[in-house]
Amino acid sequence: MSDDHAGGHVDGNALAGDLREIFAVDLTAATGQCSACGYKGSVATLRVYRNAPGTVARCPHCEEVVLRLVRGRDRAWLDLRGTVSLEIPLS
Amino acid sequence: MPIVSPGFSGRRRSPDAQLPPGQYLAEDFPVLTAGPTPRITTDRWQFTVSTEAGQRHDWSWQQLIELPAEKITTDIHCVTKWSKLGTRWKGVSLDVLLEDVETAADYALVQSYGGYTTNLPLEDLLDGQAWIAYRYDDEELTPEHGGPARLLVPHLYFWKSAKWVRGIQLLLEDEPGFWESAGYHDYGDPWREQRYQGD
Repeated sequence: MSDDHAGGHVDGNALAGDLREIFAVDLTAATGQCSACGYKGSVATLRVYRNAPGTVARCPHCEEVVLRLVRGRDRAWLDLRGTVSLEIPLS
Repeated sequence: MPIVSPGFSGRRRSPDAQLPPGQYLAEDFPVLTAGPTPRITTDRWQFTVSTEAGQRHDWSWQQLIELPAEKITTDIHCVTKWSKLGTRWKGVSLDVLLEDVETAADYALVQSYGGYTTNLPLEDLLDGQAWIAYRYDDEELTPEHGGPARLLVPHLYFWKSAKWVRGIQLLLEDEPGFWESAGYHDYGDPWREQRYQGD
């Protein structure tokens, strides 16, 4: 569950809907590595700020931006420059 | 704004006429943030303009507030579609801050405490169009709204009015900022509804 925290963010499970619109698999179960500090963790553990012009997910370890998602009228922009890689489980 | 009440027979100007396309009127002041709110005390605050030649111009908090300040009453327009009319600010015009800065730059990249950036043409910061604002509604600017100081450039969508501003880099080439590199419009004129790239 993505409860609101005092810091104005929710957890990475909040990304599920937006990312499912773009990808065929549930990316919240993927393991990502932060470009800034090297922290590895599931996308679901990211700190997600949605009260903004787009969705911003930050590393729970160093708070750097690892993912930005902007939803336009008929397009989405996904910026993953803060992520080294995503390891995606496939069944 | 007229001081005299229009009375029962008076007709108020429709707020719609003051709103750019696609915007709605907000009575409150929504707080948008892409990360944790930086808490910058004024004794640690510094504002730096750096030029394309590598020259730096620094201002401490004390130096900023000793500069001539203006009171600004302006409408603001957020790209998330709310607009707020008649907001009241106090701050220092960028014309004052950039007066002695020698530059051939055409572009500016605004930088904030916390890592946020936004870009705009340098000419949009000049000629009474932009301020470093440190008071809102006759009170100190709160951290939630960008205090101790934020950029105020109200003729563009409000994401350009960077909270927690700490400096401006003057550049010969345009460099997209935090939202401009993730799908938002490079310029962001609300009256032309320049929300996303390609608008």
